Amino acid sequence: MKIASQENSAVAMVKAALERAEKYQPEYHIFNWINEQALDQAQEIDRRIASGEPVGRLAGVPYAIKDNFLAPLGETTASAHILEGFTSPVTATAVQKLEAEGAVLIGRTNLDAFAHGSSTENSYFGPTKNSKDLSRVAGGSSGGSAVAVALDIVQFATGTDTGGSIRQPASFNGVYGLKPTYGAISRYGVVAMASSTDCVGFFTGNPDDLDLLMEITAGQDAKDLTSLPDFYAQSQAKPVKKVGIIKDFDNESIDAEIRAALKAKVEQLRVSDVEIVELEMPALKHALAAYYIIVPAEIASNLSRHDGIRYGFRSESSSHLQDLYCNTRGEGFMSENKRRIMIGNFVLSSGFYDAYYLKAAKARTVIINEYAKAFEKCDLILTPVSPNPAFELGSKVNDPVAMYLEDVFSVPLNLAGLPGLTVPAGQTKQGLDIGLQLVGPRRSDRTLINFAKEMEEK
Amino acid sequence: MTKEYLPTIGIECHVQLCTKTKLFSEVDNDARLKEPNSCVSPVDYALPGMLPRLNSEAIRLSVLAGFALNAEINLESRFDRKHYFYPDLPKGYQITQMYHPIIGAGYVELPSGQKVRIEHAHLEEDAGKLSHEASYSLVDLNRAGTPLVEIVSQPDMHSAAEAREYTKELWRVMTYAGVTFGDLYNGNMRFDVNISVAETGSDQLGTRTEVKNLNSFRNVERVVEYEVKRQIELLEKGEKVIQETRGWNDATGETTGQRSKEEAADYRYMPEPDIPPVRLTEAEINEMRAEFPKMPKDYRADLTTVIGAGQTETLLDYQPLVQKLDELGDTKAVKKIANLFSSVLLAEENTSLLNDELPSKEQLLELVRMNDNKELSSTATKEVFLKFFDPEMHYKDTLTIAKELGVLQENDLGALEAIVDAVLAQPATKQAQDDFRSGQEKVLGFLVGQVMKESKGKANPSAVQDILRKKLQ
Repeated sequence: MKIASQENSAVAMVKAALERAEKYQPEYHIFNWINEQALDQAQEIDRRIASGEPVGRLAGVPYAIKDNFLAPLGETTASAHILEGFTSPVTATAVQKLEAEGAVLIGRTNLDAFAHGSSTENSYFGPTKNSKDLSRVAGGSSGGSAVAVALDIVQFATGTDTGGSIRQPASFNGVYGLKPTYGAISRYGVVAMASSTDCVGFFTGNPDDLDLLMEITAGQDAKDLTSLPDFYAQSQAKPVKKVGIIKDFDNESIDAEIRAALKAKVEQLRVSDVEIVELEMPALKHALAAYYIIVPAEIASNLSRHDGIRYGFRSESSSHLQDLYCNTRGEGFMSENKRRIMIGNFVLSSGFYDAYYLKAAKARTVIINEYAKAFEKCDLILTPVSPNPAFELGSKVNDPVAMYLEDVFSVPLNLAGLPGLTVPAGQTKQGLDIGLQLVGPRRSDRTLINFAKEMEEK
Repeated sequence: MTKEYLPTIGIECHVQLCTKTKLFSEVDNDARLKEPNSCVSPVDYALPGMLPRLNSEAIRLSVLAGFALNAEINLESRFDRKHYFYPDLPKGYQITQMYHPIIGAGYVELPSGQKVRIEHAHLEEDAGKLSHEASYSLVDLNRAGTPLVEIVSQPDMHSAAEAREYTKELWRVMTYAGVTFGDLYNGNMRFDVNISVAETGSDQLGTRTEVKNLNSFRNVERVVEYEVKRQIELLEKGEKVIQETRGWNDATGETTGQRSKEEAADYRYMPEPDIPPVRLTEAEINEMRAEFPKMPKDYRADLTTVIGAGQTETLLDYQPLVQKLDELGDTKAVKKIANLFSSVLLAEENTSLLNDELPSKEQLLELVRMNDNKELSSTATKEVFLKFFDPEMHYKDTLTIAKELGVLQENDLGALEAIVDAVLAQPATKQAQDDFRSGQEKVLGFLVGQVMKESKGKANPSAVQDILRKKLQ
C-alpha cells in the first residue's frame, strides 16, 4: 500500500485518483457517486503529517466502496431504484475501520442492484464495462470495485461476495479479490443479500495489501452476532505442501484457455515441489442448485423491508396500502430482484419448504463435510473462478440460467463459509484476464494470502 | 331434546418482558409517557444492513417465565423469521421461535388444583402500533422489538370460568416471577382464545374459532361465554362453525367474523440467519433457579388453612402481601395481619398504599403482640398500622408510634381507679350514679364514656366497667 508521507502527499494521491475517476467514468461507468470532499480529507492528513501528528495505516490511500456499504457519505443506493434518495445515518463497521486508518473515499462503485447478478448489468444506473474490453461485462456483482482497482483509480476497493461477487469480477479484470472466511469481517451496515453467505472482502493489486486490509478490518463486532472473534491477527500462515485440484472441474464446458491456465499453474507448482492431489468431490455438483434455493429464500426475506413506508422510493400512484406495496416494489425492484424474490417466496411457502429449503440445507451440510474431508488430503484447493472469461455485454441478460452457471465454481465456498482468493493468471489471446481461485479451510485466510504472495514471486 | 355440549378452550398469551432495553436493540423498552417513535433505533425501523443484537436479560427472564410455568428449559433454542407485510412490522418479518422454542412443556396449576398443560412458550419481538385517521394512518414503532414470551396452552379448559381462572393465574405467576410489569390495561399481557364445542362424549373436537388480543380476564370470560353460546346455537340449527378469526366488540359484547382459514397468511417461516442458536448450561439454569421466588401455589395451601380460601385468593393477587405474611411465620399473627391487609390496605381509600414499602416483620409482630395484650384497642391497632406507611413514621418501632399517637391503652388498675374516682366526684355524674344504683343498667355506658373521655381514650373500657361496678355497689 502506498501511504501518504512527507515525500508523497495525500493530496497528490487523491488528486490523481479523482482525475482518473473523472477520466474513466464516462466510458466505463464505474461510480454511482464521486466524493467531492476527498481533497479536504487529504489536506487534513497532509497537515497532520507536516505537524508530526500520528496518522493511520492507510493515511491518504484513495479507496472506493461498493455502493451497498452504508455511510453518511453520499446516498447508499445498492444500484437499486427502490433506495432512491436514501442517505444512511449510520456507517458500516468495515468502512468505519478503514476511515479510522486515514483511507480517503473516492467514490461509491456500481453493482448489480442489491448484488443480484454476475455482470453488473442489473444495475438501475446501467452496466460497468470491462477494464480490458469496453464491449464486455465487468463481472459482478462488485463490477465497479473490480474495475476501479484494475484501472488504477484507487489502491483498493471493498466488495461483498455472496456467491462469487468479488472473486469473479476480480478474475474478469486481472486483480486480486478476497472473499474471507464467513464472519471474518462484520456485516453491520452492509445492505444484506443473503445473511448466511454474505461476506465483506476486498479488491487489490497485490496480496500484501489484502493482508493489511484484513489486519485492519477483521474481528468480532458486537453489532453482528455472526462475526467471528479475530482469528486473523492471531493466525500464522501455514506452509502449503499439498494443493488439491478437483477432477470434475476439468471438463469440456470450461473455456480451453482457462483450462490451459490452470494446467500451467499446476505444472509450475509441481516443479516447485508442491504435491498435487486429485480430489473427487461429487457433492459440489449440487452446490449451485442448493445455492439458488437458500440464497433466494434469504433474499426474499431480507428485501421485505423495502416497502416504501419508512425510507427510499415510494410509488405515488397508490390509493391504499396493498397498492402502495405492489406499486413501490413493482416499480422499485429490477427484474432480477423480482425473480429471486419470487423463487425465495416459493421455496419458503407452506407445502414446499421441506421439499426445497430443508433439502437444500441438508445438501449444504453434505458440501461442508465434503470440503472438510478434502482438507484432510491437501492444504489448499486450486480451481477456476468461472467457466468463461468476461462475456459480451447483453449476451446472457435474457438467459438467467446461463448467468447462474457462471457461479458454478464460486458458490460452493459461500455455502461452506470458506475463504476464497482470486489470483490473476495471465490473459487470453484476445487479451481478456484470467483468474484462478485458491480455496482454504475456514480461518485459513492468512495462508491463502501468503501462498498467493509466494506464487507471485515464483 | 337438546344435546349436551362440551366446550374446549386453548389460550395463547403474549407477555411483554420488563427488560430495560428491547430484544434486539439497545433503546429503551419502556415507552410509557414517551413521544411516538422516540424509542426506536435503526435496527427497530429496519434500516438496510442492520442486524439484530440479542438482549441477554430477555433470555434470563424467559428462563424465569419457564420456571413459573413448571416447564423444561431447552438448553438450545433458535430464532426463525415469520413473514408478513404490514406497516407495524418494519422488517417485513417478525423474529420468533417457530421450531426450537426456549421453553418446553409445562403446566399452570389453578386455585382448584386443576392443571392446565403448557404446550411450549417461545421468545419473540412485539410489533409496532398503527392508528388510523380518516384519510391516513400513523405508525408508532416504540413497541416494535419489545420482548414477548408467547405461552401456548393445551386445550385443557372447558368453561368460561376456567378460562378466566387460567388467565388470572397466568398473570399471577408471571408477575410473581418478575418477568413482566403485568399492566393489563397497557397490554403487558394479551390473550388469544381458541374455542370449540363438541357433543359431550364425542372423541373429536369441534371446529374452533379464535378471538385475538383480549387484555382482561373478564373479557376472556365474556368471549368464551358468547362464543360457546353462538357455536351451540349454530350446531343446534344444523349449521357449521367456520374456522376463523373473530373480533371482540367490547361495547356490544359480541364477536364478529374477521378472517377465515382460507384467507390466512402463509408466513413463510425460515431459520433466522443473523442470530446464532442460544445455548444455556445446566449450571446457568440452576443458578437462576436458586433465586427463583415462591409461586402462588407455594403459598396457597398454608394460607388457606389459616385464613380460608376466599381471603387467600384475594390476597394472592398481591405478591408483596403474601410474601410478608409468609415472613411472619406465626399462625395467629398471620391471621391478624391478613385481616389488617384485607380491611385496611385493600379498602378503596387506601389502595395507593400498596405501592409503598410494607411494614417490617418486627413492626407487624409487635403490633400483633400489643393488640393481644390489650395495649392497643382494635381501633388503635388500625391507626398504628396506617402510620407504618407514613413517611415520617415508617422507620419507627411500633411502641414508639403508639406512644406518639397517644393510643396506648391504660391498663394500670390504680391509675384507672383514680380516674374513675375523679369522674364519680363530678356533680354532673351524680344523677347517673343514683340511676345505676336503682337498677338502670344502661347508664353504665354513659359513665364508662365519661371515664374514657377523662382518660383521653387510653383507658381499657372493660377494666373501667369492672371498677365502676365495684364502686357503685
